[in-house]
Amino acid sequence: MIDLHVELPGLSLKNPIIPASGCFGFGKEYAALYDLSLLGGLAIKSATPQYRAGNPTPRIAETPSGMLNAIGLQNKGVDSIIENELPFLANYDTEIIANVAGACEEDYVEVIQKLNDQPVIKAYELNISCPNVKHGGIGLGTDPVLAAHVTKLCKEAATKPVYVKLSPNVTNIVEIAKAVEEAGADGLVLINTLLGMRIDLKTGKPLLANKTGGLSGPAIKPVAIRMVYQVAQAVNIPIIGVGGITCAEDVLEFLNAGASAVEVGAQNFVDPYVCKTIIEELPSVLERYGYRSLQEAVGRSFKDE
Amino acid sequence: MIQEQAKILSNQKIADQVYKMEIETTLSSQSAPGQFVEIQVPGYYLRRPISICEIQEGILTIIYKVLGDGTKVMSKMKAGETIDLFGPCGTGFPIENRDTVLLAGGGVGVPPLYECAKQYRNKNTNVQVVLGFNSKKDVFYVDEFEQLGCSVYVSTMDGSYGVKGTIMDALKEHAIEPDFVLACGPLPMLKAIDASAKEGYVSLEARMACGIGACMGCVVELVEGGVARVCKDGPVFLIGKVKL
Repeated sequence: MIDLHVELPGLSLKNPIIPASGCFGFGKEYAALYDLSLLGGLAIKSATPQYRAGNPTPRIAETPSGMLNAIGLQNKGVDSIIENELPFLANYDTEIIANVAGACEEDYVEVIQKLNDQPVIKAYELNISCPNVKHGGIGLGTDPVLAAHVTKLCKEAATKPVYVKLSPNVTNIVEIAKAVEEAGADGLVLINTLLGMRIDLKTGKPLLANKTGGLSGPAIKPVAIRMVYQVAQAVNIPIIGVGGITCAEDVLEFLNAGASAVEVGAQNFVDPYVCKTIIEELPSVLERYGYRSLQEAVGRSFKDE
Repeated sequence: MIQEQAKILSNQKIADQVYKMEIETTLSSQSAPGQFVEIQVPGYYLRRPISICEIQEGILTIIYKVLGDGTKVMSKMKAGETIDLFGPCGTGFPIENRDTVLLAGGGVGVPPLYECAKQYRNKNTNVQVVLGFNSKKDVFYVDEFEQLGCSVYVSTMDGSYGVKGTIMDALKEHAIEPDFVLACGPLPMLKAIDASAKEGYVSLEARMACGIGACMGCVVELVEGGVARVCKDGPVFLIGKVKL
């Protein structure tokens, strides 16, 4: 059977499957369904310096082949996460990635400084791409100069590798990716959700209380594949691909596009066992397409053969 | 919690746009009154949370209203076909030691109260049931509650069946004091119950994504501060706990 092990900065993944931030909480709910130690890694829900109540409801709307969410980075703040969530995660043999968010650059640095001495955290994922908050989030992620600056500050503060999760809501994703690579990012995660909206025909008003939300699910997979493909050829740091993955074949498509590992998001809501199933099925899917190793599949879409 | 392809035993219309589906499933062994199942409808992305109406050995009954395209597809499913179920989800209605229980249901809020009625009647509790609907064509399950030995009172908004008005009007008409109440129905009804009942529980509806407490999509604000997840901490909450 093909070895699924992947080595990335700070992350020794037994397989390339990582539940995406915001779609898996801090693992507790899914731990009741299967052993979290099966997972390559786990990107925990965004942490901000202080408690954030998040957006009003409704926060969720279904779309064709996907969903909109506007949670608004609801979380209890980094201190509470350290006290109440990380000890539970220390029980599992999987690589924990802390998703870091904030309303300004100083927030990101503060969260990182507090998490630096938490051994359970193996790497950071900067959320400069959340479309559902008024400050920080997507504002930092759509401008190459701002994205590079927050990356640089976080790299200076961090004692662990820093991955930057990019927004797809930009004209030129390659420009932003190169800017954060230049600023010292150890890896990239792409993509976050696409900005979208639904209107309730009964009222004629937006369905989400936040009016707009982030689109995820299979609907966004082709966008994510295209962006991974473009960025993978332009940077020399590893990419974790995310966007609409539902099965092992989707994972292979992301590997072919240039991702070294993947995150699985919204599909956890539809099929709570999806990560476990993908991990079980990935070796046979790789074999079916003639691969002898996982590495052989990475970037095949643009490599000379 | 279990995910499985379960067999549909029956799927019948019981009122205007309202259907009753009996499903052969191992989820029944874990289910409690007031919990819900998450149903995957072919062609639609998110699962549909539907409350459990009755729990029997190896069988769950659900009652749902056709409100959108997903439930329309469900209404066309036939006995013998399979349906993808996940659950049981959420925290349901507790079955406590009480002399008398009032069950208050509005529209598609009625179904989860049926299993409550059954379990309270099994304890020989005196069960009063007040059901509210828009019109006579929407009324269902009056006979079923009566067969359990409950006292059943009905209200319709247009007065075509039972007392004209809301369930609050029906309670007034029949001089029923809401001491200990279990309620499920539209928000204005739950607000009225929350304000008038001495003790009890309300079951909430919400737009959900994960259904197990991970995504924070369906939160409600608590009176004491902070938030709770309808899908995991609820859908049933102590009266007075949630800002309705």
